Amino acid sequence: MSTTTEYTPKTSTGRIAHFVDQRVGGSGIVKEFGRKIFPDHWSFMFGEVALYTFVLLLISGTFLTFFFDPSMAHVIYNGSYNPLRGIGMSAAYASTLDISFDVRGGLFMRQVHHWSAILFVAAVSVHMLRVFFTGAFRKPRELNWVVGGVLLILAMAAGFTGYSLPDDLLSGNGLRIIDGVVKSIPLVGTYISLFLFGGEFPGTLIIPRLYSLHIMIVPAIILLMVGIHLFMVVVHKHTQYPGPGRTNDNVVGFPVGPVYAAKAGGFFFIVYGIVAAISGLLTINPVWNYGPYDPSPVSAGTQPDWYIGFVDGALRLMPGVLGNFSFEWNIPFPWGVNTLSLNVLVPALIPAGIMFTIMFAWPWIESWVTKDKREHHLLDRPRNAPFRTGMGVAGVVSYCVMWAAASSDLIATHFHVSLNDVTYWLRVLFILGPILGFVVARRIALSLQRKDREIVLHGRETGVIEMSPEGAFSERHADMDVYKLHTLVNYEDRKVIPAQPNAAGHISRSEKRRGALSKFFFEDRVAPVTPSELAALKAEHGHGPAEIEGSSTESIEK
Amino acid sequence: MKALSQRRRHPLAAVALLLMGLLITGGLYMAAGSVNEAKAATGYSASDIEEGNKLFIANCATCHGLNAEGSADGPSLIGVGAAAVDFQVGTGRMPMQMQGPQAQAKPVQFDDAQISQLSAFVASLGAGPAIPSEDMLDTSHGDSAAGGTVFRVNCAMCHNAAAAGGALTRGKFAPALAGVSEKHIYEAMITGPQNMPVFNDSNITPDEKRDVITFLKEIESQGSPGGAKLGSLGPVAEGLFIWTAGLGIIIAFTIWLTSRPS
Repeated sequence: MSTTTEYTPKTSTGRIAHFVDQRVGGSGIVKEFGRKIFPDHWSFMFGEVALYTFVLLLISGTFLTFFFDPSMAHVIYNGSYNPLRGIGMSAAYASTLDISFDVRGGLFMRQVHHWSAILFVAAVSVHMLRVFFTGAFRKPRELNWVVGGVLLILAMAAGFTGYSLPDDLLSGNGLRIIDGVVKSIPLVGTYISLFLFGGEFPGTLIIPRLYSLHIMIVPAIILLMVGIHLFMVVVHKHTQYPGPGRTNDNVVGFPVGPVYAAKAGGFFFIVYGIVAAISGLLTINPVWNYGPYDPSPVSAGTQPDWYIGFVDGALRLMPGVLGNFSFEWNIPFPWGVNTLSLNVLVPALIPAGIMFTIMFAWPWIESWVTKDKREHHLLDRPRNAPFRTGMGVAGVVSYCVMWAAASSDLIATHFHVSLNDVTYWLRVLFILGPILGFVVARRIALSLQRKDREIVLHGRETGVIEMSPEGAFSERHADMDVYKLHTLVNYEDRKVIPAQPNAAGHISRSEKRRGALSKFFFEDRVAPVTPSELAALKAEHGHGPAEIEGSSTESIEK
Repeated sequence: MKALSQRRRHPLAAVALLLMGLLITGGLYMAAGSVNEAKAATGYSASDIEEGNKLFIANCATCHGLNAEGSADGPSLIGVGAAAVDFQVGTGRMPMQMQGPQAQAKPVQFDDAQISQLSAFVASLGAGPAIPSEDMLDTSHGDSAAGGTVFRVNCAMCHNAAAAGGALTRGKFAPALAGVSEKHIYEAMITGPQNMPVFNDSNITPDEKRDVITFLKEIESQGSPGGAKLGSLGPVAEGLFIWTAGLGIIIAFTIWLTSRPS
């Protein structure tokens, strides 16, 4: 119709903003991304914690690179820490001591870096547990679950390479264990170890190599994966807990701008503040206590950081011999005797291997068993998926048993029990714990579902005790608030799907296995209350919202 | 000399020669082996030994025997020396509260004079390590860095690099070393109480022992440069803290951030 009038901002800020906007199209991004809706729940924020601690790691780590010398050259320490002055050590360890004692703010930054590292892996783990127990990994988010799992492994790798860098006695012992594990791999183990350390352990190359991995390669891959992870979150939209008005096709919550931009921005500084407070008050990895690395001494209480603890624990749990059966096999080959150290190879690789395999495959295992190929944007309350909750708890228990085993010596000294007994009990728990965990967790989930059913059908207990004219006492039950009722009745009712014949009428072996698993998972179930069920019950009792249990006349006449 | 040469073909000459040879080698071995084991009962009066004997009969003889010869319940104390008594009684480990994997420290039962009398009595039974003198314990002449190296090589595998203690097999343990007096640390090294090995003076010289004590006292008195040390227990304590307190605080904030005004 007519030429559009050019927008002319009035203030100088407006002019600058307009200039930039016309060139980069910022308002379009804000318009699109700022209106993105995210649901609000405390359990959705662990991923954010992981992201923020990662940013904190990048900031504090950059500071540390200015002063750290990743070299295994031999130097004599002449810094401020008296109990180590005049001692020969690697340049890496000496520069770590200098960061701790002679660089202004260095010790604080080291502690920020290390505390945020262990908080980072903890946040990643809790975030994954939340995703698992609420079923957020289901279609279409399976690939993002896998990316998350890769991030967990990368976080562990970043942590372990960093833990080893100071070249102190504690981390050196950790590296020695890794060397032992690598060497236990059949045929190629010794070669891998020689390549890794550039010769026999410890050599003079491992610290610079770990440094490249730690400050460049691993964080770069983490950043890439984080990018993919967040991009997929935006594409898939965030999941939400079931509730009134929340469907599989919408997201109920607040927009990014201004609500989440402010909340998340503020939360970043809260996390930063918490880590800074912890770092200022509590020491972490006091490397000066451990002394420089020397292959001969091993200190009592040598443990890896918590995220590697489960591997250390598995190694501690593994018996070297079982009665007369030795796990160390000496196999005579034509070219000589080769040793297969199953007592190292099995605990170091098998539990972690099983754990990560099941973890990565779980979305497909679940959709295969349930034959559920639909998209899911509504989460399960953990009680409403008893089979999954049971499986998750079994995994957590088996992880925690290995974790506890890594601190078996500290359990022994602090609870005044025998170290040997701790190991024996943990071995028993390693076998029985996951089974018990599965059974107990599933039972608890089913019982909670029954309780929900009971509440829906009979109303909630009000705590009001009434005496009827006949003298009988009963508690008044009140009807549920419809909003709360929604959460209790609106869940997915998974039933056993027996093995189905295929088009040719044949039931394949894998289909039979699926049927058996389906039976195992869903045989015991608690169906949600249907509206007709509720209506029928109301009609039968024939009274209004304030039902009085046990006071109906019929029950007295009987 | 003539008498000796006349009897050189005596039937017992060979036996006498053998005996002499054994005594000389044995004596040399004893002298070489007990370089550190300072001489017995020096500086103790007869009345100290007498009083110590009475205390011993009343408090120790049940397990160690009336003449300290040992029994099924306790080892012989002949030749353990004053240092062993001073350590065991002076740290309250003896008299033992109960039989167990190892004697545990508890409030000391005797005063210094009584401990000295008991030491005098046991030292009078046979030569053993003596209580170290003041200058052997003078940390102002020690080198904490050298002591730290000796400590990490010889002691840290049981007592932990920061001397926070550690577990041994079947309920035995190496205790934390903070708060243990210089004298008791030295005595422990030369007598090897409970499950600890003896570090004699040819293994760790008296000067090195003093360095170790200097190191231990320095790390104890300097405190923790980085803040609360969480028991110096290493990554387990750190992981436990982040999973309980750390995540607890984070969760409290997430709940606060997602709560709605009601």
